[in-house]
Parts: sequence; C-alpha cells; structure tokens
Amino acid sequence: MIVLERLTKSFNGIKVLNNLNIRFDDQKITVVIGRSGGGKSVMLKHIIGLIRPDSGRVLINGININTLKKKELNEIRKKFGMVFQDGALFDSINIFENIAFPVRQHTKLKESEIKDRVYSILSDVGLSGQELKMPAEISGGMRKRVGVARALILNPEIVLFDEPTTGLDPIMSDAINNLIISMHNKFKFTGIIISHNIEGAYKTGDVIAMLYDGSIIEIGSPAEIKSSKNPVVNQFVTGSMNGPINFNMI
Amino acid sequence: MDELLSPFEGIGKYILKIIDELGSLIIYLWESVLSIFRYSINFGNLIDQMIFIGMDSFYVIGLTGLFTGMVLSLQAYYAAKIVGVTYMIGPTVALSMTRELGPVLTALMITARCGSSMASEIGTMKVTEQIDALEVMAVDPYYYLSIPRILAAMIMLPIMTILCSLIGIIGGYIVYAYVLGLNHMVYIEKIYQYMKLSDIYNGLLKAVFFGIIIATISTFKGFETTGGSKGVGRFTTQAVVLSSIYILFADYILTSILF
Repeated sequence: MIVLERLTKSFNGIKVLNNLNIRFDDQKITVVIGRSGGGKSVMLKHIIGLIRPDSGRVLINGININTLKKKELNEIRKKFGMVFQDGALFDSINIFENIAFPVRQHTKLKESEIKDRVYSILSDVGLSGQELKMPAEISGGMRKRVGVARALILNPEIVLFDEPTTGLDPIMSDAINNLIISMHNKFKFTGIIISHNIEGAYKTGDVIAMLYDGSIIEIGSPAEIKSSKNPVVNQFVTGSMNGPINFNMI
Repeated sequence: MDELLSPFEGIGKYILKIIDELGSLIIYLWESVLSIFRYSINFGNLIDQMIFIGMDSFYVIGLTGLFTGMVLSLQAYYAAKIVGVTYMIGPTVALSMTRELGPVLTALMITARCGSSMASEIGTMKVTEQIDALEVMAVDPYYYLSIPRILAAMIMLPIMTILCSLIGIIGGYIVYAYVLGLNHMVYIEKIYQYMKLSDIYNGLLKAVFFGIIIATISTFKGFETTGGSKGVGRFTTQAVVLSSIYILFADYILTSILF
C-alpha cells in the first residue's frame, strides 16, 4: 500500500503540493485527475523518490522512502514500473533493447529467456514484429505501448502512468486505456494513473481522486465522482468554464 | 558608493560561482567514483566508450599530430638555422610532442569531438526524461552513464596521446628529411640522445588527468542540462569551453610539478 502523508512541496516559493494526503490501495487502479500544471506529476515523482518533499512522508508498504539511502531506495524502486508521458524511451537503442533493458539490469536470465519475455510482452501490447525499430521510427501511440511493455516486463507490484493518453487521438487513447485494463487484469499491479482525460478515468479507475490547489479534495469510485456535489469536482468533470476554478489561475 | 562597488560585486559573484561549480564538480566526481564500488563495472558499456573515444578519433588525432609535427619541424628549422643547430630539430619536435603538444592537443581534440557528444547525449537524455527513466528502473545514472565514460577517457587519452606524439614525430621527420633535405639519421640519433623515458610517461600521466577532466566536466554538464533543446546546446558549449580551460590550467600545474 502507498500512503502520502501531509506532503508539501514548493518550487521557487510557489506551493505545488499543500498538505496532501492520499492512500493508494493494493491491486487497484487509482486515477488522479486535476488541472494541467496542478502538481499531479510532482506527486507521482514523490512516490518514486525522484523528488523529495519539503515536509510530509511517502510510505511504500510502511517504509518511509524519504529517509532511505540511494541503494535502499533502488531496492524499493524495483517494485515499480513507470510509463512516462512521452515514453522516455532510450533513443539510441531499438524497441527490443528498450524493453529488455530492465531485465538485463536486474536479472541474470539467459539471452533466450530474455527474448521469450520481450516477445511475449510485445505480443501483449500489440507490437509483435516491431522490435527492431528505433523509437524515432514509431508513432506516439506505439511509443506509449512500448513504455507500458518496458514498465511491465519485470512484473512490478506498482505501476505509475504519467498521462498515458495525452497527445493521442481518441481511438488510440481508448486503445491505451483498454491495454491498461487488460494488463491490470493479467498482472494485478497497483496502478496510479495521472490524467485529465475524464472518460479514460471513468473507464480505467477503480478509484478516482481529484487534486486541486495542492491537495486531494475528493476521492471515490467513478460513480461517486460523477455525481459529486463538490462544485470544483463538478466543474472539472463536466469540463465547464463556469465555476469556482479560475481558468487563468495557472 | 554603490556604483563604485558594483564592479567588485560582479567579480566577487563570478568568483563565488566558479568556486561553487568547482565544488559541485568535485562532489560529482566523488559520487561517480563511489558508484564504482557500489556496483560492478559494465564492461560492454566501457568498451563502447573506449571505441568511441579511441578508435573513432584516430583520424582526427592522427591528422592533428601529423600537421603539428610537420609545422614544428619547419618552424624549428628557421630558428635553428640562424644559430647553426639544425641537428636539434629532432629533439625539439620529439620533446615538444611528448611533453606538451601531444597530451594537450589530443585532449583538446577529444574535448571537441567526444566531450561535446557526451554532454549533448546526456543532456538530451535529461530533458527527455530518459535519466528519470533510468532512476525509476533502479539504475544509478552515474554508474550507467558517467563511470564508463570517465574510465574510457582515462584509458584512451594516454593511448591517443602516444599515437599523436608518434605521428607528430614522424611528420617532423618527413619535413626534416624530404622537405628540408637534411640528414635523416641525425634526426633519429639526436632524439635518442636527448629524450628520456620520463618525458614520455610524464606526458602520459598528464593525459590521464586530462581524460578525467574531459569526461567529468562533460558528463556533469550533461546531467545539469535544463531548458529543452536550447539548453542542450548551451550546456554542451559550456562543457567544451570549461573542459578546454581546465585542461590548459591543469597542464600548467602538472608541468610545474612533473618536469
């Protein structure tokens, strides 16, 4: 289980996270929604230890990762997979090597076993036969799918998705959402998705949380969020310009 | 009064910035060295970098050495002819190449060719979140990116320096014997007479230090990169300029100590 307790973080005097509290339950997918630039990715980077909070704690299975040394933190990170917004694929190596990278780094599998694993996950994400292409030679949607494959290749306990559908057309977005659901059903990971795609959140999330003004202002099932009485949540999920959210504020 | 003090304030800030950057560089080098003991060395990565710094730089280093030796021989001739010591051209070329020009020119050429590439490659990885991806995958970026480059530069700079110096001496010989038409045996004999083994290995020791300087500064600047593609360009330029300055500065210090 992942718990964020009283998390506060400022950049250049601007408070991005303000006393944020949230719990992510095991084997469920939680979608964190909120405005662009509202601190969702910053929160995600706290969970994986890429950013340290000004105050507060990040607990992964009860361990406060902010007090860990580099090597101990790396042991915790082995439980994670992460899908980056733009894929963050290594552009100097091909798709096969990108997906095989974590396996080569953290296991002593034979080359034949690595091949089997990579081909199996490539088939899961619908990219069979694309393994020799370079990241620059594939589309945005394919890059996201390679990112998903790389994140899942070591069968991690927790998978973080940073805006997995941003920049994709609606059909490709739906395909990525379906891929996340099918991969979750297969691997049973704890998923945290950062998104502002409301339809995608309803579809993929067991739980939806709304981040606003640096804090979680509402959390619940998709049905609960849909029927929320909170005017901020309501305005955001309906995508209305009129309401308490000032669209010039960020 | 404030206007009178402002130039000093500016100089002070600049000096503080240099000290701050030097401190960060030393901490970075220390972190990188510690990574060697934390993890086993990735030999595949190391060999790739050795090929990139060494074999792929062969032509540019060879040409630099060749023309430097040829020019040196020609220039030395004009001076030596005046005082009647043309037999000293060989030792002049050989000592200049092994003690000074070989290590420094090799280092400057490797900075231009490989240091810029190291900084821009790591800088691009930084701005496209590839460094974050490494960290998330529990791979220490210092271990994965810095160590192979620093070790490869430490190993390859002396080897490339030997090549540069040797080709430079050959270049000097070509001019001495075939352009100036002097006795080629004198060129070789006098080199044997005046050159000591310490001239060679002290020059190589310099090259080891230059290798550390190039790879440390270039990878450090790569990791520091911010600001998208423009930032990659800016930090790459900084890596090349800073490496070149530190090489020339270290050259003076090392020459004072070693020779």
